[in-house]
Amino acid sequence: MSEPLRVLVLGAGVAGLVSALTLAERGAAVTLAERGPRIGSGASWQAGGMLAPWCEAETAPPEILLHGEASIDWWLAHVPDAAREGSLVLAPARDQGELVRFARRTEGHEWLDAEAIAVAEPSLAGRFTRALLYPREAHLDPRSALPALEARLRGLGGRVLLGADEPDRSVFDHIIDCRGFAARQTVSTLRGVRGEMLLLRCADFSLRRPVRLLHPRHPVYLVPRPDHVFMLGATMVESEQQGGITARAAMELLGAAYALHPALAEAEILETGAGLRPSYPDNMPRVQVLDARTLSVNGMHRHGYLLAPVLAAEVASLLNLQGGPELHT
Amino acid sequence: MRLYGREFASRLLLGTALYPSPDILAACVRAASPALVTVSLRREGAGLRAGEGFWSLVRDLGVPVLPNTAGCHTAREAVTTAQMAREVFDTDWIKLEVIGESDTLQPDVFGLVEAARILSGEGFKVLPYTTEDLVVAERLLEAGCEVLMPWGAPIGSGRGLNNLFGLRALRAHFPEVPLVVDAGIGLPSHAAAAMELGYDAILLNTAVAKAGDPAAMARAFAQAIEAGRTAFLSDPMEGRDMASPSTPVFGRAVLA
Repeated sequence: MSEPLRVLVLGAGVAGLVSALTLAERGAAVTLAERGPRIGSGASWQAGGMLAPWCEAETAPPEILLHGEASIDWWLAHVPDAAREGSLVLAPARDQGELVRFARRTEGHEWLDAEAIAVAEPSLAGRFTRALLYPREAHLDPRSALPALEARLRGLGGRVLLGADEPDRSVFDHIIDCRGFAARQTVSTLRGVRGEMLLLRCADFSLRRPVRLLHPRHPVYLVPRPDHVFMLGATMVESEQQGGITARAAMELLGAAYALHPALAEAEILETGAGLRPSYPDNMPRVQVLDARTLSVNGMHRHGYLLAPVLAAEVASLLNLQGGPELHT
Repeated sequence: MRLYGREFASRLLLGTALYPSPDILAACVRAASPALVTVSLRREGAGLRAGEGFWSLVRDLGVPVLPNTAGCHTAREAVTTAQMAREVFDTDWIKLEVIGESDTLQPDVFGLVEAARILSGEGFKVLPYTTEDLVVAERLLEAGCEVLMPWGAPIGSGRGLNNLFGLRALRAHFPEVPLVVDAGIGLPSHAAAAMELGYDAILLNTAVAKAGDPAAMARAFAQAIEAGRTAFLSDPMEGRDMASPSTPVFGRAVLA
């Protein structure tokens, strides 16, 4: 039996963890090094965790649909708190045109009337007369998904170094750079797109699936998490400003949530957050070969959870690692 | 077209917000070859240089940049933003926007005139986003503006030319001032209609950025603006109530 390939993965966000686990599953000896004190200390922790290729295709290039289902299957097989419950798209009464346009620009949906909305999401009964349901979409909770990936990686003998300086690269056959926006000095076309979010707890309100509220100025989504917790997001600002949520973003997001349902006005704000989505000029993630030994997985933009399994499979095949769950169908 | 002594081949000014990606924005610019691209400072960069990642992509488009003060609600904010824009983009051109009403995003014309006076005094070339009001237009010219940019309809509404009478009157009152319809344009036919009125240029953003195929729509707008301009210069016919056949009917055989 030949020696396993020794691979160093830099960055324990969603790209790094999925890559590390995929390589470990295919027999590599993986070391995952994270500069921060814990896994998911960057943008991945703030993410909504929606696996929504059909909705995202409204603005993203059509290739986002290519591996969507396979990616959803990957997540359902690997982490808890992931569910294929679909997602719901709504618009306020005066912006119904936005909903029609969204339907025209996407596929994989069905129209629900008021009655069907009340059945699908009892908390929204009586609030909306029409909605789009994307039944094949899924969602997960990044804050249980990422630790689950870490546990699996360790179970396969992978090493996870936290809060550590970068290990000596020379002892590895390959380096996979998954540092996100922190790799900006290495990858010059990378920019940060600021996103802001809140975590709410609202005992009087339940959702089975993520809900997107279309709005010409402040589109928002609300993703259900366990225990009546909801992730409310997210702004998209062409800014690399670090630091906490702005008052404007909080007002816009909460105002839109209130438009979704007044009960959310009584929600407890558990947390606010902001992060920078690493993005290439086409806003699509990619694997790049930096040199003979080094690959980069970056530019996850809004699509980290949806496309990380696809990119990880691409990395594995670039390293000639076979086996494991096949993603390219 | 001549604005502030500078000659432009195109009569389209294109905003850079709301595109699916910077790559698609670049494709639109290639498709439409706009005279200027506008970029917002305030929303995109709460701190100085925070928007640099995006701004450098805008600079790389190869089109002169017209920074704007979108999102400013007071003259003072707009002046500060313009001064910052001058540093960031190394230009003294500014699209001046002072918003007065948050639902319609219509300009606060009082703050607008005040900010225009201050900025013109500091050497800025001010392109003010205004209403079609003649008196405000007069005040803006007094304040030092050499270009006026009246709205067609509220920003992002895509409703076209809401007040044809007012826009026509503005054109007639200021035959020598470059006039740009800014905001509210939804379709190439709206842009063509404004050009047929004798407007000098069109500034738009959402209609292209939110189209299903933004680059194709950018090209459609460029064509419509050119067609409207050519039509205006061709001295179009006047409308009339009675039909007037283009082929004479006299002397034809009468059947039945």
